[in-house]
Amino acid sequence: MSTRLATGGRLIDRGARVEFTFNGKRLSGYAGDTLASAMLGAGQTLMGRSFKYHRPRGVVASGAEEPNALMGIGTDGHFEPNQRATTQELFPGLTARSQNHWPSLEFDVGGINKHLSRFLPAGFYYKMFIHPRPFWKHVYEPFIRQSAGLGAAPRDRDADTYEHYYAHVDVLIAGGGIAGLAAALAAGRAGAKVLLVEQAGHWGGRAPVDGAVIDGKPAEAWIKDAVQTLEDMDNVDLRLRCMAAGVYDHGYALCYERLTDHLADKAGPRHRLWRVRAGRIVTATGAIERPLSFAGNDIPGVMLASAVRDYVVNWAVSPGDRTVVVTNNDDAYRTAIALKKAGLEVPAVIDARAAPEGPLVEEVKSLGVKVLSGKAIAKVKGRKFVTGVAIAAQAGEGAVLEEIACDAVAVSGGWSPVVHLWSHCGGKLTWDEAQAAFRPNPDKGPTGADGAVFVIPAGAANGEMATSSVLSDAHAAGAKAAGADAGDAPTAEVTAEGPIAPVWMMPQGAKPELRAKAWLDYQNDVKVSDVQLAAREGFESVEHAKRYTTLGMATDQGKLSNINGLATLAHALGEDIPQVGTTTFRPPYTPISMGSIAGEARGALFQPLRRSPLHGWHEANGADFEPVGHWRRPYTFKRGDESREQSVAREINNTRQGLGLLDASTLGKIIVKGPDAGRFMDMLYTNMMSTLAPGKCRYGLMCSENGFLMDDGVVARLDEDTFLCHTTSGGADRVHAHMEEWLQTEWWDWKVYTANLTEQYAQIAVVGPKARKVLEKLGGMDLSAETLPFMGWATGTLAGIPARVFRISFSGELSFEVAVAAGQGLALWEALMEAGQEFGVMPYGTEALHVMRAEKGFIMIGDETEGTVIPQDLGLSWAISKKKDDYIGKRGQEREFLASPDRWKLVGLQTLDGSVLPEGAYAVAEGTNANGQRNTQGRVTSTYHSPTLDRGIAMGLVKDGPDRMGEVLTFPRVDGTGVEARIVSPVFFDPEGEKQNV
Amino acid sequence: MLTLQCPYCGVQCDETELSPGGEAHLTRFGPGSDDTEFEQYLFLRENPRGVHFERWRHAYGCGKWFHAARCTMTLEVFGTYPAQVTEPPADLIEKIREKRPGWRWRDLA
Amino acid sequence: MKRYSAFAIAREALRHHTGWERAWRSPEPKKHYDVIIIGAGGHGLATAYHLGKDHGIRNVAILEKGWLGGGNTGRNTTIIRSNYLQDPSAAIYEKSRSLYETLSQDLNYNIMFSPRGVIMLAQTEHEVRGYKRTAQANALQGVKTEFISPQRVKELVPIISLDGPRYPVLGGLWQSRGGTARHDAVAWGYARACSDMGMDIIQKCEVTGITTEGGRVKGVETSRGAITCGKLGIVVAGHSGHLADMAGFRLPIESVALQALVSEPIKPCMDVVVMANTVHGYMSQSDKGEMVIGGGADGYNNYTQRGSFHHIEETVRALIETFPMISRLKMLRQWGGIVDMTGDRSPILSKTPVEGIFMNCGWGTGGFKAIPGSGFAMAELMARGGSSIADPFSMTRFREGRFIDESVAAGVAH
Repeated sequence: MSTRLATGGRLIDRGARVEFTFNGKRLSGYAGDTLASAMLGAGQTLMGRSFKYHRPRGVVASGAEEPNALMGIGTDGHFEPNQRATTQELFPGLTARSQNHWPSLEFDVGGINKHLSRFLPAGFYYKMFIHPRPFWKHVYEPFIRQSAGLGAAPRDRDADTYEHYYAHVDVLIAGGGIAGLAAALAAGRAGAKVLLVEQAGHWGGRAPVDGAVIDGKPAEAWIKDAVQTLEDMDNVDLRLRCMAAGVYDHGYALCYERLTDHLADKAGPRHRLWRVRAGRIVTATGAIERPLSFAGNDIPGVMLASAVRDYVVNWAVSPGDRTVVVTNNDDAYRTAIALKKAGLEVPAVIDARAAPEGPLVEEVKSLGVKVLSGKAIAKVKGRKFVTGVAIAAQAGEGAVLEEIACDAVAVSGGWSPVVHLWSHCGGKLTWDEAQAAFRPNPDKGPTGADGAVFVIPAGAANGEMATSSVLSDAHAAGAKAAGADAGDAPTAEVTAEGPIAPVWMMPQGAKPELRAKAWLDYQNDVKVSDVQLAAREGFESVEHAKRYTTLGMATDQGKLSNINGLATLAHALGEDIPQVGTTTFRPPYTPISMGSIAGEARGALFQPLRRSPLHGWHEANGADFEPVGHWRRPYTFKRGDESREQSVAREINNTRQGLGLLDASTLGKIIVKGPDAGRFMDMLYTNMMSTLAPGKCRYGLMCSENGFLMDDGVVARLDEDTFLCHTTSGGADRVHAHMEEWLQTEWWDWKVYTANLTEQYAQIAVVGPKARKVLEKLGGMDLSAETLPFMGWATGTLAGIPARVFRISFSGELSFEVAVAAGQGLALWEALMEAGQEFGVMPYGTEALHVMRAEKGFIMIGDETEGTVIPQDLGLSWAISKKKDDYIGKRGQEREFLASPDRWKLVGLQTLDGSVLPEGAYAVAEGTNANGQRNTQGRVTSTYHSPTLDRGIAMGLVKDGPDRMGEVLTFPRVDGTGVEARIVSPVFFDPEGEKQNV
Repeated sequence: MLTLQCPYCGVQCDETELSPGGEAHLTRFGPGSDDTEFEQYLFLRENPRGVHFERWRHAYGCGKWFHAARCTMTLEVFGTYPAQVTEPPADLIEKIREKRPGWRWRDLA
Repeated sequence: MKRYSAFAIAREALRHHTGWERAWRSPEPKKHYDVIIIGAGGHGLATAYHLGKDHGIRNVAILEKGWLGGGNTGRNTTIIRSNYLQDPSAAIYEKSRSLYETLSQDLNYNIMFSPRGVIMLAQTEHEVRGYKRTAQANALQGVKTEFISPQRVKELVPIISLDGPRYPVLGGLWQSRGGTARHDAVAWGYARACSDMGMDIIQKCEVTGITTEGGRVKGVETSRGAITCGKLGIVVAGHSGHLADMAGFRLPIESVALQALVSEPIKPCMDVVVMANTVHGYMSQSDKGEMVIGGGADGYNNYTQRGSFHHIEETVRALIETFPMISRLKMLRQWGGIVDMTGDRSPILSKTPVEGIFMNCGWGTGGFKAIPGSGFAMAELMARGGSSIADPFSMTRFREGRFIDESVAAGVAH
């Protein structure tokens, strides 16, 4: 069992005890601990359960690669599942819970799966649960889902905040180990603007643990000096707890800074996502040790040799009293040395190599440790913790030679450079035979906007494993990234190491029953036998094998398992490892919070909110808003306990009978100006706009080049060179962009300018029989029918406010739209409300607007139109100039299907029983089509209850509709019953236009 | 996450400042053109695996449309230039020829 | 072919699973096939499967540049639904959905079709109208959908926030028989069935040229030699333009990157698929427990299978507004796929200017759900020269102006 040693621990402060809880149990550690080291120190080796078989799991690693020790950390709005105990720093009051078990970590019913594991090989679910069909949805799948899934789902709204930072730097350096520091020193001294980020809470990486000596100083001292030197440079920014998460095209990188995860006080943003644009990115991301594949290698107590060393040296934690070291390389001997120096027992080093030799091997032997060469672990003994190992010859198939009692196993299968960031954006890898690892291929790096390679790997991440070569490589990388000549690199003492022996199975001829207990992917429970099965069944591509077995698809994304897995696959296929290749590395390097990705943009800041100049008034006066693009418009202004429908009806009746006010400020208002403005307007609109006289308005239609109707609105000619185009509220930006596109990219020699003035004006529609009266009461302009006839406009002042008044109507009533400077909109609105008291003025919202326009048979973009409706379908041929050779969309409308006489055309629809036609209903025709779908002959485009007429009214598109007046169509409801409606004129109210022309 | 230099304002734009506008140097066919010409103009696209000439608008900057020559396989940008031309500038074509011998795009090579 | 079953598993367990045979053969290409399909993704394999099953055409090769199912089939968010507005779309997607229902049994391969239901949220009045119309259309198309209230949405999706400050949930279009399936298994299951019918699936075989004679297809040049054929189906998604170029015609297609991401796995918290088109995001929970999230497409041509990160930001933001709890999950992995977008965002299943060559492409962001239906219709088109399901998707529709526009009911088409 694990325990805390009496002395040592370079990262902990024994003066500061830190209390925390695990599964409700009160435990304590020290400041400087990770959750994992504190738990081990407190004797808690069992930390979780695996995904598929619910096997007991202990911690295997000491860093970001940890697949097992995943916890739910925090409570309520601070709870987050699947946090790695190895990267979670301890703080007072931390609460952690283990995952994926029921009822408890120690006794998990799901553990029965491990006894069934023989029946649950890779891909078993593709071959099972096929019959009976309904059972998948109702029985099998719910069971599988419940037993998978790891951590609990958070329940509460996130109590934390997040933020984004931007940085533009010459050099981004990922990793603050000695390689990153050396690279930063070189780049910083060359004058480059440098950002150096380190994912852990301390600088220097693992060099101090390994006892490196740099420039004659112990690594610890060299690191301290290097950090001090860098902090003194104005051009270098250093960040701890900040992980380079992803590299993207053109030098873009994401860094993920964890600001409060290690603190008891959660005030301030929790995470900060850095969006970095870097000239060059140096990846000094180190290397990760691989486990070896042998039976029972997943039993708690089996750990990476480097992790064992880390726990002993960094946190003074002993993973066990008697630790067997098993290896295929020299580096693991350092663990034996560290354990012996800490006063712990190392019963044996089991080395798969026939004749290991060199200074590290000799040192271990001199410490009295038995070295068993050419040997392998046949199997690890124990269930919830290690009790011993059985030894066999590596060359054999697992016959046990001897058993050694132990309570921990330190395993090393060699080191894999961390090549993720190099690979994210297309960097290729090369197989390094000598080190049995993939490393960056210097000839095939990721290229940037200029076509040059922009990622430079450094140190162990570049496959340089010895301290001295790490430093020289990283120094050169830093200088290269800064575009400077490399000067003298830091130097380190060299310890000679013997060659690694590639060992992918232990023992090499392990029998099936051993292979079925040799884990590759601890979290997803993928074993050697699973990968071999995949190969046997033809899943030969590494991507197939990965997906079939789920190897490397767990939350650690295969950091420990990928190389062992693909070596196993290559061996099974009789191919070389580089031939099989790797799976794709995708960002992020380790998972990053969704909260950090969203940043500040949540709640009220989710998207920009556009407010009309009258928005505040609407809010204060009971507006029931609806979103219209980024705007919010009042749907209706409810009074008392009115329903929405009652409120809308009241607004309509009041407007039709007296006076209504509409905030029309959101309507698009675009100025088109210049000597060629008329010519341009004739291309933009289907109408002839160049003949419009100054002082007049004209309703216009705008089509896409495909011929489809895209927007409509009233155009006013302000003067010979100037048009003011009104657009729909949602369409203003799109229409303005459309204009600019044509002007800049097709007719760039035309002398025209456009400006989107939508937000510069407040616009108020004053509508109803009393409209003229209230404006006259405000005073300042002659708005008589003679002076300002229908479809005219005039400027002047109203209530002392400079205004432009358009005599246009979208309701069929006498109507004036008054535009004033945005800042004076509220004053005008309030003046109108006050002056309108005696006329019974009421504001109305968008729904009343919609109903009134439908009563008049006016089309609405988005209702009567959809992507493929053309003006000719809507009875708007009168608005299409026959005299023009060309307008945008004209050629498109000449195509066969658009010019066809068989198109559905706009009509009014009047139900026989006066009811309201269902929204979106279709008029059915006889029979079905070749695909068994009911034939149709029309559809409803707008349908409302008309308070004015007190019955349902609708508009619709019907095949040959205008020629079929009086015919009755049937519109089925979704419940199967039908509604009958007669084809009528779409103008239901005041067909002669008497009300608007007064 | 692309960066492109706006040839008007000189800003090295982040992609989020830009709106993409599809293939560049299309010849507009209006009334009087036949169906094939019109289809060619409005729908049929080069969609190359390699160098492409495309339109961008510096939408959240100076508002100008410009053209870019960019590789769709590596995202390398060979250059940007104003939209008010009917074909890419000769020096840009020369630059692409040098860097990518054998490329072609429509009738350019 | 040995049948898969629980019994077979038990039998194999006793001999350490050493008796399983290859799921599909790995043959050398023959000199000639009646039909060659280029592209062993879901659509290509399904086409071959239906050529054999429905039309008795079994002298078929499926050529794959990489590994089968390695394109968008294995990169999508696995949503299956057929609640489309327009008749042609509803026909092909409903055919597809109905084939998915029995696909596990038909293929003797559990593709884990999970008809858990799909909700498309209505978050503006405009969307409410659009989805009500879709429900009406679906009723006549034989597609079972309904427009449901916000309260019903909440019952189906307890983790949803109905009154997000910006876009409250006003209802939803609910298709109870939509759902998800295991994407890789779809490709593997079809591959196994095709191989069992005697068809040759030839992986790592890149087509480098297409030979024609007198306006008729003759065969293909490949990295493994020349192969002749009677008919040729090109089913290569994002690479369609490249292949069309070899055959000498152009397509109304542009290839762009579409992105997706998954969270770390958590215990089941959302049983249905939710699509929120106003805010551009959709999400479901996989059987492994990951939240599978679909993001936006780039607007520029790209073959890198990497997209721009700002789309991920926008999607995640939108989904946090809709499902506040996901703020405390972590993004495990993000990736991109290359999708082929047509002028109306609907697919192409079509004859081409070259006799004997057929195209199946343009599925844009919505191809996975269509795989069985697309294979069915494409096979019919290739075998008989016409298909009531495929015909509306002819590539001549652009010059005729006969668009199939689905953007009406939903801001994001898929």
